[in-house]
Amino acid sequence: MAEQLEIKELEQVVVRFSGDSGDGMQLAGNIFSTVSATVGNSISTFPDYPADIRAPQGSLTGVSGFQVHIGASKVYTPGDLCDVLVAMNAAAFKTQLRYAKPDATIIIDTDSFQQKDLEKAEFKTDDYIAEMGVDPDRVIACPLTTMVKDALADTGMDVKSVLKCRNMFALGLVCWLFSRDLDVAFNFLREKFAKKPAVAEANIKVIQAGYDYGHNTHSSAMNVYRIDSREKQPGRYMDITGNKATAYGFIAAAEKAGLQLYLGSYPITPATDVLHELSKHKSLGVKTVQCEDEISGAASAVGASFAGALAVTSTSGPGICLKSEAMNLAVIMELPLVVLDVQRGGPATGLPTKSEQTDLLQVLFGRNGESPMPVLAALSPTDCFQAAYDAAKMALEHMTPVVLLTDAFIANGSGAFKLPDLDKMPAICPPYVPEELRGSWTPYMRAENGTRYWAVPGREGFTHILGGLEKDNKTGAISTNPENHDLMTRLRAEKVARIPVPDLEVEGDVDDADLLIVGFGSTYGHLHAAMDELRAAGHKVALAQFRYLNPLPANTAEVLKRYPRVVVAEQNMGQLAAYLRMKVDNFVPAQFNQVKGQPFVVSELTNYLLTQLK
Amino acid sequence: MFTASDYKKGQPRWCPGCGDHFFLANFHKALAEIGTAPENIAVISGIGCSSRLPHYMATYGMNTIHGRAAAIATGCKVTNPRLDVWQVSGDGDGLAIGGNHFIHANRRNIDLNMILLNNRIYGLTKGQYSPTSPRGFVSKSSPYGTVEDPFRPAELCFGARGHFFARAVATDAPGTIEVLKAAHAHKGASVTEILQNCVIFNNGTHESVYTPAGRKKNAIYVRHGERLVFGENNEFGLVQQGFGLKVVEIGKDGYTLDDILVHDAHCEDNTLQLKLALMGDGDGFPIALGVIRDVPAPTYDEAVEAQIAEVSAQKKYHNFAELLETNDIWEVK
Repeated sequence: MAEQLEIKELEQVVVRFSGDSGDGMQLAGNIFSTVSATVGNSISTFPDYPADIRAPQGSLTGVSGFQVHIGASKVYTPGDLCDVLVAMNAAAFKTQLRYAKPDATIIIDTDSFQQKDLEKAEFKTDDYIAEMGVDPDRVIACPLTTMVKDALADTGMDVKSVLKCRNMFALGLVCWLFSRDLDVAFNFLREKFAKKPAVAEANIKVIQAGYDYGHNTHSSAMNVYRIDSREKQPGRYMDITGNKATAYGFIAAAEKAGLQLYLGSYPITPATDVLHELSKHKSLGVKTVQCEDEISGAASAVGASFAGALAVTSTSGPGICLKSEAMNLAVIMELPLVVLDVQRGGPATGLPTKSEQTDLLQVLFGRNGESPMPVLAALSPTDCFQAAYDAAKMALEHMTPVVLLTDAFIANGSGAFKLPDLDKMPAICPPYVPEELRGSWTPYMRAENGTRYWAVPGREGFTHILGGLEKDNKTGAISTNPENHDLMTRLRAEKVARIPVPDLEVEGDVDDADLLIVGFGSTYGHLHAAMDELRAAGHKVALAQFRYLNPLPANTAEVLKRYPRVVVAEQNMGQLAAYLRMKVDNFVPAQFNQVKGQPFVVSELTNYLLTQLK
Repeated sequence: MFTASDYKKGQPRWCPGCGDHFFLANFHKALAEIGTAPENIAVISGIGCSSRLPHYMATYGMNTIHGRAAAIATGCKVTNPRLDVWQVSGDGDGLAIGGNHFIHANRRNIDLNMILLNNRIYGLTKGQYSPTSPRGFVSKSSPYGTVEDPFRPAELCFGARGHFFARAVATDAPGTIEVLKAAHAHKGASVTEILQNCVIFNNGTHESVYTPAGRKKNAIYVRHGERLVFGENNEFGLVQQGFGLKVVEIGKDGYTLDDILVHDAHCEDNTLQLKLALMGDGDGFPIALGVIRDVPAPTYDEAVEAQIAEVSAQKKYHNFAELLETNDIWEVK
């Protein structure tokens, strides 16, 4: 028996599973994050898909990755670079090494580094480890495929099914490396494959084989690690992606408001999973219409809203361009509508699978006429749930279209989601026309907060005609009266401006920061991590992350002017900075702008921020 | 019981003599005969002269944006299938900018009553050719005549697998009311083409059938189960010849009434229905009026409801709390 290895305590670790698109890297990553979350670690995950649907097997363009970040304390991002890289084939090794730290442990399947594999991955020599400049001592090189075949030899499974279990061997090995309890993984698989117990047992067998391999060989001369859980938040959790959380938020809001949920949508990366998710839930009465185009997605949602549904249309940036006219129709008709924009790289088709924050000015201002529209941006995969709920509540209670901004990064990323209790969430109360107004009601009568009342077809005594033409404030008839148009324009603007939003929260060195970092939406995790690093190094830094973009929090100007230096960091060329400069007098921030289609890298942020702290 | 005035509101602003006036009056009458309460009706239009129509209705309704009426009506009907949804568009609104929504509403077979008010011109923008203007049509935007062929609405409807197509002339009250009632009775998307005149920019476009006398001579009223005869004294009829139709005079050349085709609006195969619908473009055939095609088919909105009922019976989760429990959940203690 080998000597006992030292167990090292780690604060956090990043593991990246990579292989062919069909290698099941996402499942392996999901199980690893769930196993870790179960013991109370904080988790954050991010998948990195290739743009090609089915690139040739073993090719450089066909590699997909799934990164898992686990920590003893809260982790805010999926991590910049990984501590452990699993490369299931030569192409993965070649393309994914750039995401690994210099001293990362690398697990490879030597069976997938044969001559033809090396050729496909465009290696020039047989010594691929040296060719990539990697220290062989950091590599756990095991004939993984062979061992999976051996482990399942007596099951009678066909070769194809056996090879599908390769990911579980890698998972078992990683579980050994981080001293994880396999029972959770076993239970996960038994539930996932409840209808195929043989498949579940085969996978379990392979995980155990991987674990045992690590345990028995100690692989390379390395340590095993343990990540404690110091900030346990008791409760029941599930792993959820941002897109799924968004869909759940809409379902929860519709149920709370007592309304049918309608989604009009056209498939578009990276928003399509919201359509997929909602189309599953017929037993909740959710109606999804896959429309003929983006225009129809938004237009049909406006029709659904008129008929009394919580109406949603989901898309990405190119779809917003097409939906703008129907969004404006909802503005002038003052009907509730939620427009989900899962942002991606642009312009035009741009980078469909990559992430940017480049639609901010488009959703704020990209429509004809004076078109005030509330805009929210979700902060993280799990926050997508609350943000979708908040957007729906705002739309329904204030009779307005609302844009919810997420992006490819948080839409596809996931985190541990504490199961919400719908009973404890705030009520949603649309302003239905009070019965006492029967006989005197006209369509543009307003409640005290400036909101138009809602009369839903089918209700006797409240028939009325809405439309895209300007209406008389009193009668609701078509009007081209100059004073009336000016008045209606102001009433619509005021209605949105008066929507109450929470104050902008400042974190970190709230009282004495030398530098305030400002961002919006999905960059929260990276900006927070950057702030934490700088504070750990002794700097006085604070962070203010906008979740509400329109209307802006009431304390916006006060917060932005409270600190000697401000950096607005965003994944665009300065859209939030420009908007804040327009809204706040004499506000001249420094700017950190990146449009690489990739999440921020914390070390790049801190390097830049340090220059601002000098 | 309702009367036409129960559906009527406001004072129309169309030009004197515009075909829209005639259609609106007939629409009010038809609704009274159908008898759906005004609060259970939604009239949804796009943009254009004819799309002003909802403003003159005492029902629920929307005068929306250009071309999108069918899409907006789709969301409305899917959300509440109990509403009678009428979608009103002109030839530009429905077939040019809204062409995509027109064909897909037909393909999906949503239970919409789609009215196409066809005057073959853009009126509201003051006289440009439309997608139903004939080749060579001279307008402000085609001073030397158009160099493109028009859509024939029935052909587009049938090409999109439409199951109902009817036609009436705006000035023909009984004919219009009859087809509107049939369109309402049909479950699924129905297209009703209304031939109407634009007195300002395209006066006389449907001249041959715009008066009772003209219709006697130049139109044929088609009714399911009846022989396809027309003329002052029903002296003419339609027979099949080869791959096409032919006009014959009853009693001449050996043709008797028994030789005349009997109209079958319910026939799944739309070949002969299409031939009827395309007649009368200066080709020696009469223009067909009435219900040309009326074939039952499953509707989208009913299928959505049925699927919800079916899946609800199968699935074990019926609210948000139960939905959460369908996931892999772990507990941190």
